[in-house]
Amino acid sequence: MIAIIDYGMGNLHSVSKAVERLGRQALVTSQEADIMDAAGAILPGVGAFGDAMDNLRESGLRDTVLRYAATGKPLLGICLGMQLLFTESEEHGLHQGLGLLPGRVVRFPQGDYKVPHMGWNRLKFERPSPLLDGLDEGHVYFVHSYRALPENPGDLLATTDYHQPVTAIVGRSNVYGMQFHPEKSGELGMQLLERFVGMC
Amino acid sequence: MLAKRIIPCLDVKDGRVVKGVNFVNLRDAGDPVELAALYDRERADELVFLDISASYEGRATMVEVVRRTAGEITIPFTVGGGIASVDDMKRLLRAGADKIGINTAAVKNPSLISDGAAKFGCQCIVVAIDAKYNEQWREWEVYTHGGRNATGMRAIAWAQEAERLGAGEILLTSMDADGTKDGFDIPLTRAVSEKLGIPVIASGGAGKAEHFSDVFIEGKADAALAATVFHYKEMTIEEVKNDLVSKGVEVR
Repeated sequence: MIAIIDYGMGNLHSVSKAVERLGRQALVTSQEADIMDAAGAILPGVGAFGDAMDNLRESGLRDTVLRYAATGKPLLGICLGMQLLFTESEEHGLHQGLGLLPGRVVRFPQGDYKVPHMGWNRLKFERPSPLLDGLDEGHVYFVHSYRALPENPGDLLATTDYHQPVTAIVGRSNVYGMQFHPEKSGELGMQLLERFVGMC
Repeated sequence: MLAKRIIPCLDVKDGRVVKGVNFVNLRDAGDPVELAALYDRERADELVFLDISASYEGRATMVEVVRRTAGEITIPFTVGGGIASVDDMKRLLRAGADKIGINTAAVKNPSLISDGAAKFGCQCIVVAIDAKYNEQWREWEVYTHGGRNATGMRAIAWAQEAERLGAGEILLTSMDADGTKDGFDIPLTRAVSEKLGIPVIASGGAGKAEHFSDVFIEGKADAALAATVFHYKEMTIEEVKNDLVSKGVEVR
């Protein structure tokens, strides 16, 4: 079973359906026992970083996610869920993240382009990973106004180009993150999710 | 670089697609979920469902259509039509819609834009504007109620106001171009797009593949929406994308 962690942020239905389409059981849950029992866990999320961390702390799920990650079982953060994996974010003030990956989440620099970065953009694979194994670079669907800057270049698995290189996929041992929505990213998105659930 | 998006629009009434039943390879061409899945396979970048049900029961059916669609497709989709409150938005977003389109209700009650954006995020709120050229003003006027009522509001100013209130995108339909198949309304699309920092989806007038490159290159649109030409197989999404690629426009 793959646990979809429900902490009151965003639409979990699509993620859970996508996992089911890949032939795996998905459980949308906020229960510690379910999450610790799961073969894999997904941390989704849409909204503001500070609100998300508040919800995680108040519900006790922050500690649960950290305990889960320490088991070595695969964890995938999606969109805001990926940003939460990092040390801190400067979205509306400075907020501490889960700290599973060293790095910061920062605003797009001012420029003559539209923010949020919204729509289909092309992935560029930066280094080999079981998550990318056998896949071709292609377009995936992004919606975000802040971008992650991993401290360790080795954690950066894929980028996209939006007036600068933008972190798209990160990974360090069992912890992975995707800035785009794989569940909304057509065939390539489903292939990426399939690689992830294949590890679980 | 971001790809330009091609967006088929499905008109749905009481849970059934009302236009475009020309698909021989579908079990049930009137089923919006099947049609949505077909467009997903044909590499549409996004979908819009426009609910034209007049009754409460019809609207309730739409929630079920949204729930089934969310389980079937792998691209984002917007639901519009008759959405008048934050509760309406919540029901559809919970059912799995990615974005909510509001039109008449936003004109009547602009705070619906800011309330929705604050609650669900800007990226969820698409403000749909039906615009028609007003000869006297020498610019475009906003119409509501499916194009029946003139509002006396200027379309460019209203689009800017919608952005200020927190709209994530503008779905801009030219009533002058709609149904003509002579191409999108380039002056309108360009005038609005150049004034905004949020994406503009051009709608109305698509008849040929070249019309899409025109509205992206000349009209500065971020996305283009069409209904009839796709539903009746007058062209495929693939043909449109091939034409765009040949003109150097980035597509998925």
